Amino acid sequence: MSSATSRPPGWRLKRQGLTADLQLTGDWIASETGIRSAAEVARILDEADAKTLRLDASSLGRWDSALIAFLEMLRDSADTGRTQPVQIDNSGLPETARRLLALVSAGAPKAANNDVPHASLTTRVGEAYFDTWSQTVGAAALVGETALRGAAAFARRTRTRAVDVLQCVREAGAGALGIVALVNGLVGAILAFVGAVQLQRFGAGIYVANLVGIAVVREMAPIVTGIVMAGRTGGAYAAHLATMQGNEEIDALNALGIPIFDFLVLPRIAALVTMMPLLYLYGCAVGLLGGYIVSIAILDITSAAFMEQLRSAVAGTQFAIGLGKSVVFGALVALAGCQIGLRAGRSAADVGRAATAAVVAGIVGVIALDAIFAVCTNALGI
Amino acid sequence: MAPQGTAEERIAAKDLTVAFGPRVIQSKLSFSIRQGSIFAIMGGSGCGKSTLLKAMVGLLRPASGTIAVDGENYWAATEARRAAISRRFGVLFQSGALWSSMTVAENVALPLQMFTSLAADAIAILVQLKLSFVGLAAAASRMPAELSGGMRKRAALARAIALDPQFLFFDEPSAGLDPTTSKRLDELILELSKGLGATVIIVSHELPSLFGICDDGLFLDAESKTAIAHGSPRALRDACDHPTVRAFMERGRLNTVRAQGSQP
Repeated sequence: MSSATSRPPGWRLKRQGLTADLQLTGDWIASETGIRSAAEVARILDEADAKTLRLDASSLGRWDSALIAFLEMLRDSADTGRTQPVQIDNSGLPETARRLLALVSAGAPKAANNDVPHASLTTRVGEAYFDTWSQTVGAAALVGETALRGAAAFARRTRTRAVDVLQCVREAGAGALGIVALVNGLVGAILAFVGAVQLQRFGAGIYVANLVGIAVVREMAPIVTGIVMAGRTGGAYAAHLATMQGNEEIDALNALGIPIFDFLVLPRIAALVTMMPLLYLYGCAVGLLGGYIVSIAILDITSAAFMEQLRSAVAGTQFAIGLGKSVVFGALVALAGCQIGLRAGRSAADVGRAATAAVVAGIVGVIALDAIFAVCTNALGI
Repeated sequence: MAPQGTAEERIAAKDLTVAFGPRVIQSKLSFSIRQGSIFAIMGGSGCGKSTLLKAMVGLLRPASGTIAVDGENYWAATEARRAAISRRFGVLFQSGALWSSMTVAENVALPLQMFTSLAADAIAILVQLKLSFVGLAAAASRMPAELSGGMRKRAALARAIALDPQFLFFDEPSAGLDPTTSKRLDELILELSKGLGATVIIVSHELPSLFGICDDGLFLDAESKTAIAHGSPRALRDACDHPTVRAFMERGRLNTVRAQGSQP
């Protein structure tokens, strides 16, 4: 079967009046000798110029699909696109080749045109508009449903299982402690370092405590924790739900009448909304600790002075604003992850796309919401 | 028993043991598969049929013993050599295992693009040919998620034969298909393997397809963890006295009797 050298495929044409003999020679192996082109097939038919073309395989070497493809093209162009159709006589072919040819013609009619028609610019703009609109409506519907079902959950009228909520809480809460501490601690330390270098010039080094305190508690801890959770948990939610979609697991839940929202979405939202404030407080503590260590190390101030300054700078309202933000960010990240995961397609690539989209939506959303918070608190004067 | 020793031996297993870690699935398996035969790996659910298939196609290294493909020790070969041998294999997985992010045509084209130096238009011709072999020429640009179960199996079959393999491995080809569709798939397998001159190895517990197309085989037993009978499914049905084999085959006979009895 696997001889080292293959002879190139060829043919000899012998004309005898109205019939022509096409003698096939050489090896017809697709991976070794390639596929004959339609032009070659047309040339054979032109040369034959006969009513009947008799195929002769007596000196044919090894063959595979390459031969069948050739014969199929020959048959195809013999009865279409010629002024006089040519009859093909297959009887000289090996039995197995005839079987395969029969299989091809038994198949469904050939696809006439597989190309997707190219959409015009207006069509694409219109589609993009409707797509965006339906996504917006979908997101708004999910927010609304969350409010309604969340309220129902307090009245114990949902089918959410405590075990699912606890599982999500463990993954989103305890599992994130390490990375939240690392990122917040570094941010606090960097703020203190930058602040110290600048403020020292004016002999106002002690105000580093104010800078670090307000920045971390009010802005950095909620934002940084939100971004970390968007990358860590929002992406995971989207990928998890999209994979369930692909495996028909969501269909199975629907078929059993288990509400998707109660079973999959609510535990995730509940977990993130409860865990984010806790992670925020933890992130604040670690961020302030990072700022404190750097301040003590590079500035000439005592530990007690730093603490006193910090206490007077950071009022309870700062914590309240930070906590409020972290709850909203938690809801946003969980909603984005679930919404995108549930809308995903069913292929493996769709899972990847869903995870990416959820992370991007989470990060952009956290920062955009923070800007809105800044405007609002400014207007309210707090 | 089917005639043996006359045709060329293509695959030979000797004292094969397949295991997941310390858990032995099947042991002391010795069999040979002749050129052009349709070889059935039979047995009840969970007896290790698919595991044996995995060892034969290179997905699971056997715990001991050898598998020779055309006289060459498959698992003792280097990884590159094993990949070269595997290129003679076409595998149809139980659920089709089509790549979900590619169209049907792209699924069939990928092996051709990776392992041949054919031009894009030649590949397109071959893909169209393979798809028309399985009657899916019209579905070339569809995604696997849009296909029915039977179409998915046929698309996977087209992918399995993309490189004109000399060996075709089928893992439960008719699982999840209705009797008519599965019979048509059996006929297609038979036609294609005869046309391509391929040697076929089928893992199955579907009696109609076993009796219909297989001409040689091996019966695996879950309890004794080894092969308890060799020969074609029909020969085993008619002549084997082992109680486990009898029970397995009788199920088919009972079904046939019942079906005939229900006819007016």
